[in-house]
Amino acid sequence: MTAPAPLRHAEHVMGTVFSFTVRDPTPEIGEALRRAVERLHRIDRVFSTYRPDSDISRLGRGELTPAECDPEVAEVLERCREVTAETDGWFSDRPGGVLDPSGWVKGWAVEEASRLLRAAGSDRHSVGGGGDIQTCGGPWRIGVAHPLHPGELIAVVAGHDLAVATSGTAERGPHILDPHTGRPATGLASLTLVGRRLARTDAWATAAFAMGPQRALAWAARHPQVEALAVLPDGSTRHTPGLRRHLATG
Amino acid sequence: MRRAIVAGTATVAGVILLLSLKPHNSGAGAVSSRIISSDTSSTPSSAPSAGQSSPAASAAASPGSPSASATRTVTGSAIDTRYGPVQVRVVLDGKKVSRIDVIQYPQESGRDLEINSYALPQLNQEAIAAQSAQIDAVSGATYTSDGYTRSLQSALDQAGL
Repeated sequence: MTAPAPLRHAEHVMGTVFSFTVRDPTPEIGEALRRAVERLHRIDRVFSTYRPDSDISRLGRGELTPAECDPEVAEVLERCREVTAETDGWFSDRPGGVLDPSGWVKGWAVEEASRLLRAAGSDRHSVGGGGDIQTCGGPWRIGVAHPLHPGELIAVVAGHDLAVATSGTAERGPHILDPHTGRPATGLASLTLVGRRLARTDAWATAAFAMGPQRALAWAARHPQVEALAVLPDGSTRHTPGLRRHLATG
Repeated sequence: MRRAIVAGTATVAGVILLLSLKPHNSGAGAVSSRIISSDTSSTPSSAPSAGQSSPAASAAASPGSPSASATRTVTGSAIDTRYGPVQVRVVLDGKKVSRIDVIQYPQESGRDLEINSYALPQLNQEAIAAQSAQIDAVSGATYTSDGYTRSLQSALDQAGL
């Protein structure tokens, strides 16, 4: 069995870098990668809060009604409402009072890109966006960045068909708002969730980060779809019991 | 589509060191005051060792690269960011990125230092990790320094990768 060289691509979009690794490249899958990249840029045009002319910006300013927006806007806002309910109100599509569904959109965009590759026949690829990763097939080894020691990892997750999302303060400082107080959440240095599908895993990680360590771990333990790794500001770690099965042993 | 950030793959002890789970207390303070390097070239690229069974090791032997053994250095464009210019230099063994140095980055103020001491090693790590046989990707390493990746991209574009 000779493995072809993996197809790799990095794309600047949504204010970050999306990276693709395709272990089973074919011309069809290469074409799907091109479409996935176009899809990311289209999602950015509709949902970016940094573009004054995006549907989301115009909707937030009251210049558009939901019905006048791209049809995916209503769908995304519905998903956000679901996540808010699933996380007992610890997720918001209006952090700081301004319409901003980014907490859902980025992970969803990564998952969409992966879906397009799968539809073209790829069952061995990894797509990452801003440090949140969706893998298909495997095994894949995903490092979890140490939030307090730059350049180091605090854990390595390994397995098949995993979604890994990390929310943290290390690079951008406190930037995730507690939706209940409107103030930055500071109880954790980082919170990583390991699940299967990135859109929900990523949005849940944002919510769980805002919860702080005790509530986040208790909440994650009630949700068998995900396992959690929490790094506290003093560098100590806590995790859900089921995380162990995802940790790389070699 | 052809602007892949990393075209080759490598089995590299340097990366493994960089990504080691062992605690390194020297990390955060040391990095902001010197050129930040990620050396990945501790294994000669022309001699894949027999015991290696990683997929990347086999991929590294892919044909069609006549100058695969040449080592060259390519300097990326200096990219202006809101914090100042960022510039990287890439060392290539054939088509393989063996080292990335950040040769210019903002250091005028404490805030810049703070930003750099966090962002750049992380960026190095992720750029290198993308071609590491040991780690396929890093979660939690976001690219906040657009300048780094754009300079790196320009270097790789110049190199024809």
